[in-house]
Amino acid sequence: MLKIENLHVKLEEEDKQILKGVDLTVEAGKVHAIMGPNGSGKSTLSYVLSGRGGYEVTEGSATLDGIDLLGMEPEERAAAGLFLAFQYPVEIPGVGNMTFLRTAVNAQRKARGEEELSSTDFLKTIRAKAKDLNIDADMLKRPVNVGFSGGEKKRNEILQMAMLEPRMCILDETDSGLDVDAMRLVSDGVNALRDAGRGFLVITHYQRLLDHIRPDVVHIMADGRIVKSGGPELALEVERNGYADILEGAA
Amino acid sequence: MTALDDIRVKEGVDAETVDAVKALSGTYKHGWNTEIEMEYAPKGLSEDIVRLISAKNEEPEWMTDWRLEAYRRWLTLKEPKWAMVEYPAIDFQDQYYYARPASMAVKPKSLDEVDPKLLETYKKLGIPLKEQAILAGVEPGPEDRKVAVDAVFDSVSVGTTFRKELAKAGVIFCSISEAIREHPELVRKYLGTVVPQSDNYYATLNSAVFSDGSFVYIPKGVRCPMELSTYFRINAENTGQFERTLIIAEEGSHVSYLEGCTAPQRDIAQLHAAVVEIVILDDAEVKYSTVQNWYPGDENGKGGIYNFVTKRADCRGARSKVMWTQVETGSAVTWKYPSCILRGDDSQGEFYSIAIANNMQQADTGTKMIHLGKNTRSRIVSKGISAGRAQNTYRGLVSMHPKAKNSRNYTQCDSLLIGSHCGAHTVPYIEVRNNSSRVEHEATTSKVDDDQLFYCRSRGMDEEEAVALVVNGFCKEVLQALPMEFAMEAQQLVAISLEGSVG
Repeated sequence: MLKIENLHVKLEEEDKQILKGVDLTVEAGKVHAIMGPNGSGKSTLSYVLSGRGGYEVTEGSATLDGIDLLGMEPEERAAAGLFLAFQYPVEIPGVGNMTFLRTAVNAQRKARGEEELSSTDFLKTIRAKAKDLNIDADMLKRPVNVGFSGGEKKRNEILQMAMLEPRMCILDETDSGLDVDAMRLVSDGVNALRDAGRGFLVITHYQRLLDHIRPDVVHIMADGRIVKSGGPELALEVERNGYADILEGAA
Repeated sequence: MTALDDIRVKEGVDAETVDAVKALSGTYKHGWNTEIEMEYAPKGLSEDIVRLISAKNEEPEWMTDWRLEAYRRWLTLKEPKWAMVEYPAIDFQDQYYYARPASMAVKPKSLDEVDPKLLETYKKLGIPLKEQAILAGVEPGPEDRKVAVDAVFDSVSVGTTFRKELAKAGVIFCSISEAIREHPELVRKYLGTVVPQSDNYYATLNSAVFSDGSFVYIPKGVRCPMELSTYFRINAENTGQFERTLIIAEEGSHVSYLEGCTAPQRDIAQLHAAVVEIVILDDAEVKYSTVQNWYPGDENGKGGIYNFVTKRADCRGARSKVMWTQVETGSAVTWKYPSCILRGDDSQGEFYSIAIANNMQQADTGTKMIHLGKNTRSRIVSKGISAGRAQNTYRGLVSMHPKAKNSRNYTQCDSLLIGSHCGAHTVPYIEVRNNSSRVEHEATTSKVDDDQLFYCRSRGMDEEEAVALVVNGFCKEVLQALPMEFAMEAQQLVAISLEGSVG
């Protein structure tokens, strides 16, 4: 489903290479986790895939279901089924959370040539999904992420994901800033979306998130490359011994 | 407004804004021009022209004299230069001061006699279909929401709807020229008492040459049964529009008044110098909302309307209240400071403004809150948005006079920049001449940041939808102050006027 080949990326503004040949394939129905030390390029990978500015792809490719992602605008990638849950969700003052989501849902539907969702259907759907994530009516009305706690912001990201029903979900350090209860809520939300047609790429520093969202494959990223891949046990190894051993082994 | 048909809860409105943007695909949507046979007065300005305008309107002598007095005064005045706007010198002799559709030479007795092309024009403007039916003489159904409309085309008012129903409540809503003929005692008593003939260069010019405008009189204790609305349209080329609006709210009355403005797309700049006077007596309340969408000129600053407007409300009575709400998206140059004179004790003034300047537009706008009475209160919420190479200035005066004990003002002044070639300026003037009043001023300047846009786009919105959403969020407090159907129109305008401002 998501296929990344030999991806090289540098910063647009300065001559700094961040990704130095990433190869990664996420199959439909699978959860892949990427772990790695700070500065290894994990977040950059998520940004480049979703189309944020400031990066330049110098080599390689990334496709979703065979379609070139890198040539598309961010909104086209979203309509094609790609979703990024932000590490730092952005505040948009004055724009109600619900308005934001409805605009997004309908923009994607329109881009795909589908009917817009009626107000009633939209309300029904969002209420049900919000309830599962313990998001109350007040939070739906408040401006997007403004004054939200860390946990609220991340739950809100998962709500957006649930509403947009993407085929390929990238979660960028969704566990950062979460307490144990919030982590469980968020993980339950993600697990509820797992199905045979949907792929996940979960970026995290810590193994503890993977206790809740069980990955099929774990990758270790260092210095802009995937240096080691394995099963869930690889995450436990990192938890026990840190990255040093793995990096040495890979070098 | 056409928007009437599909109004939904405010929460859902933004999505429609976005549709409107798509449907209207980017250009100034009121840039068309109606082919109507026009009757002009000769170009240029002189006492004869002033007399001619007065004669065309069949005015009594006192009115002609009043105009001439203003004209003579105007000759001694100099154009003000203190605003932060630049434009080529206006040749006041190269303008037509009077233009009216030829079919209006004989005043139509009923709207059936109005040139269908005129009605067609207002249809294009989005004046509600129901209103047009009424303009054509069809009675509305009981469940229709009513908005009475006065339509001014170049120099002449072409028709006012719902007059009978308003008359039943004792409300007078007609063109100012008609009011001068039919209600001279009211006009004479109040005209020029809020904005005197000598007030400023453009107001003085207006006093001399105003050709039409709206007149509203709400008798004591009456709550106007519907919203009143005026649509102004400048159609003729090289023609200045000088409308004059006078609103009188007697004790304990209440009215909400809406004003919409458009003009065709022309290469040559056109002059618009209006005056609005509002008199508010004890316990009365007036809400005045404007959506100004004059042609702003093209992206290189060619053409557009020069909008020099004097608007002032005089809260003469105790506990009287005025609320100005404006959405300024059009005009090449805007010079406009709707003001509140808080003369009555416990009177209140509010000013909510969205001013958008894109491309080469220049806006110098704000308000004046003159606190004269005790315990008077004022509130200013100004949202300035600059994009392209535009310059947007907020200029506001808050003045607490010695007798305005225990008065309060709160000002919030926010500027939003889109791109890196535009400017936002805030020029607050604050004068406090007593020890018991309180004035607060808050100001912020921010940019639509790339992270916000990327966040929206990563959820599927295109760049223009994203900008519209973020900007509408920025303006929310002001949009909420507008009457519902205007809020819709305003949101769409906000989106449309910022098209092409990013990327």
